Amino acid sequence: MGQHNGWLRKGRIVDAEITLRVDGAERRLTVDTRTTLLDALRERLGITSPKKGCDHGQCGACTLLLDGRRVNSCLALAVAYDGSEIITAEGLAENGELHPLQRAFVEHDGYQCGYCTPGQIVSALGMLDEAEAGWPSHVTEDLNVEEIVLDDEEIRERMSGNLCRCAAYANIVPAIREVSDR
Amino acid sequence: MSTTAPGSATGTAIGAPLDRIDGPQKVTGTAPYAYEHHVDNPLYLYPLHSDIARGRVARIDAGEAEALPGVIAVISHHNAPTLADTRDRELAILQSDEISFRGQYIGAVVAETFEVARHAANLVSISYDEDRHDATFTPDRDDLYTPEQLNAGFPTDTEEGDVDGAFSSAAVTMDETYTTPVEHNNPMEPHTSVAVWEAGDLTLYESTQGTHSVRRLVAKLFGLDRERVRVVALHVGGGFGSKGLPHANTVLAVMAAQVVEGRPIKFALTRQQMFSCVGYRTPTVQRIRLGADENGRLTATSHDVVEQTAKIKEFAEQTAYATRTMYATETRRTTHRLAALDVSVPSWMRAPGEAPGMYALESAMDEMAIKCNLDPIEFRIRNEPELDAETGLPYSSRNLVACLREGAERFGWEGRDPTPRARQEGRWLVGTGVASGIYPVFRLPGSKVRISYRGDGRYAMEIGAVDIGTGAWTALTQIAADALGVGVESINLSIGDTDLPSASVAGGSSGITVWGSAIFEAARAFRERHGDDPAAGDTAEAGTPDNPDTENYSMHAFAAYFAEARVNEDTGEVRVPRMTGVFAVGNVINPKMARSQFIGGMTMGLSMALHEESLVDPRFGHVVNHDFAEYHIPTNADVGEMDVTWVDEDDPHVNPMGTKGIGEIGICGSPAAIANAVYHATGIRVRDLPITPDKLIH
Repeated sequence: MGQHNGWLRKGRIVDAEITLRVDGAERRLTVDTRTTLLDALRERLGITSPKKGCDHGQCGACTLLLDGRRVNSCLALAVAYDGSEIITAEGLAENGELHPLQRAFVEHDGYQCGYCTPGQIVSALGMLDEAEAGWPSHVTEDLNVEEIVLDDEEIRERMSGNLCRCAAYANIVPAIREVSDR
Repeated sequence: MSTTAPGSATGTAIGAPLDRIDGPQKVTGTAPYAYEHHVDNPLYLYPLHSDIARGRVARIDAGEAEALPGVIAVISHHNAPTLADTRDRELAILQSDEISFRGQYIGAVVAETFEVARHAANLVSISYDEDRHDATFTPDRDDLYTPEQLNAGFPTDTEEGDVDGAFSSAAVTMDETYTTPVEHNNPMEPHTSVAVWEAGDLTLYESTQGTHSVRRLVAKLFGLDRERVRVVALHVGGGFGSKGLPHANTVLAVMAAQVVEGRPIKFALTRQQMFSCVGYRTPTVQRIRLGADENGRLTATSHDVVEQTAKIKEFAEQTAYATRTMYATETRRTTHRLAALDVSVPSWMRAPGEAPGMYALESAMDEMAIKCNLDPIEFRIRNEPELDAETGLPYSSRNLVACLREGAERFGWEGRDPTPRARQEGRWLVGTGVASGIYPVFRLPGSKVRISYRGDGRYAMEIGAVDIGTGAWTALTQIAADALGVGVESINLSIGDTDLPSASVAGGSSGITVWGSAIFEAARAFRERHGDDPAAGDTAEAGTPDNPDTENYSMHAFAAYFAEARVNEDTGEVRVPRMTGVFAVGNVINPKMARSQFIGGMTMGLSMALHEESLVDPRFGHVVNHDFAEYHIPTNADVGEMDVTWVDEDDPHVNPMGTKGIGEIGICGSPAAIANAVYHATGIRVRDLPITPDKLIH
């Protein structure tokens, strides 16, 4: 392949230059094309708000908003997201002011060790948008309903991609509910 | 400054439902966990694991891996540093070609990036001389043995009176065997290390429950002065015991740091690797026999346990410990026998002993209550002991009965029809169950606190203790405030670093008892020496004092659990829409965080009852379902309403705060409440955890 459009092959390693917009700041970096978006953020850019819990898309600790939608960043190869807009839990707090979801997690003690927490919060934000857009879930009775009512059952179902081994679920639900009810 | 008397728990900080002081860092993801400490120019380690369970490494061909650009070193027993102390065979890795279990570390690749290290590890070609291995756990093996003592120093067996005689002459008897599977702790943060070896000094950012215990161990293994080893753990993403005793992953990271001296090594286990060598809960087979008189009073209790250990290192779980003290009985026997296998070493997992033991005992108590034709709460109250039979001592406080009564009221137990399968809603069979809980008050040695006045109205409070999600950052700040008689805003707490005074491991639900007592002692020493108006730089240091009451009282926390189970008649699916937990745990430092510990423990109890099971393939000796897709823990949708409260309990004997540990009791008994509810719903008694649908469809 040699050098082509910012791609560089050395030995069997292929590097690519990409640009990401992370929490509002433009970041240019070179990544091994095997690098996940999660590792690009954590190991190349030093942005450690998204966590690595399983590296397998099974725990949700690495959840980001990628161009506005929640994704498991451990399952995304960084090279495929050149030019993307990324929001992490760190970026949700503006000028030292926590986002309402973050405040609710603190007030309801929706965490213990805190390792899954940034993923939970970003996931909750993405989930609220999905519900607002009328997307049904597994527990939505009427798939054609105009307005999704986010009761506890809906929140539990829609947040089940984010595991919490400390098991703060019973506090996470009211934390999210407090924000979604507003 | 407030005027609260120093050295007494009469301030206002203890008991306040404060938000976690590290909350803003945690909800933004900026609290630094071990792997996230910034180091310059790091290298990445990817481990090599044995693919066989017993034998020798015949050949390691690393040529292709070493030729890969970016690979710095391939480490194996051929070139690994020689350890100064190899007595602990779990930790003395890469010292020979010998393989003792599948998944054992046999080497590592160190490279410039994680991607290259992982790729190179796949290029290392390894061949083995394989021996026959034995990884089959069964209770009827003819080579079971009796360990000298159990974990935490408990005796292996106990016997009071003629159990067999009492059993054969009892009016009512039951004799059943309960089994629990291998379970893995699986904290969300995997075990990670960042190791920097520079000019003979080692700095280790480590995901651990005990900074000082890791330092002691690493210094001994590598022949270093303790002063040259610094271990830092500011925030830890859960542990549940797996990060309590150091495991071989830490040794591997430090070895690599020594090999590449000068450049930091980063090592994070993958989720799959979390199933190979960082400990697990032993499987258990527990035979319980109960005998009672015609009034439902226990005359015979025996609890005989078979569990597993590794050939390379013994771990003997105190599975029947709780049975020794839980109920009054005329005669009693408890025994523990081990099968030593070619497997990795079992270790601590949240309430080692009490968690599986109380599942069995409290299931048996439910079965026996039915046989005695008594309500299960009444049956337990009839067998409430006056003294701790194990020690002959009175309890410092024991409010199990109050918990059962309060829980019955909150849960709506009264009027329950005990008949199984009596309640059905559509295709769902509905049942309710109850169980008791217990957890001992442990005191661990070796904690010290230093208090210094900074001169700006603030006190520096220093101890190397670790917050693994328990809330120690906040709770110790609250305790320090009341101990000094100041507000929480006047306390600058520093924890999680061996540069601070030593602290015991965050284990055995002992943190507040041990570290908090040291804080009270140091505060007393500070005020005695420097008064209420200290000068900047004034300092005092003190350790956890002896508590003479530990000789005079038996100290335990108690709980009562209630659960509703709904079982689908067609699919066998079990749902638990609500649980109630009532706790007798002495004084509560922070009600908001305590509630989180309780719901977390009860949810892990639900998980133990319904979900968790590591399936070992004895042909190869490894865990087959080694990720979160196949090793199930509860998701948000699996957890319903969690009703938690505690009874007023004033225990002046335990420590100056009047507290008992709360981290583990939530999982001791709660699985049985669910199993008992499933029986009530279906009439099917599952004595083999987890209660999966296949066991409910006949």
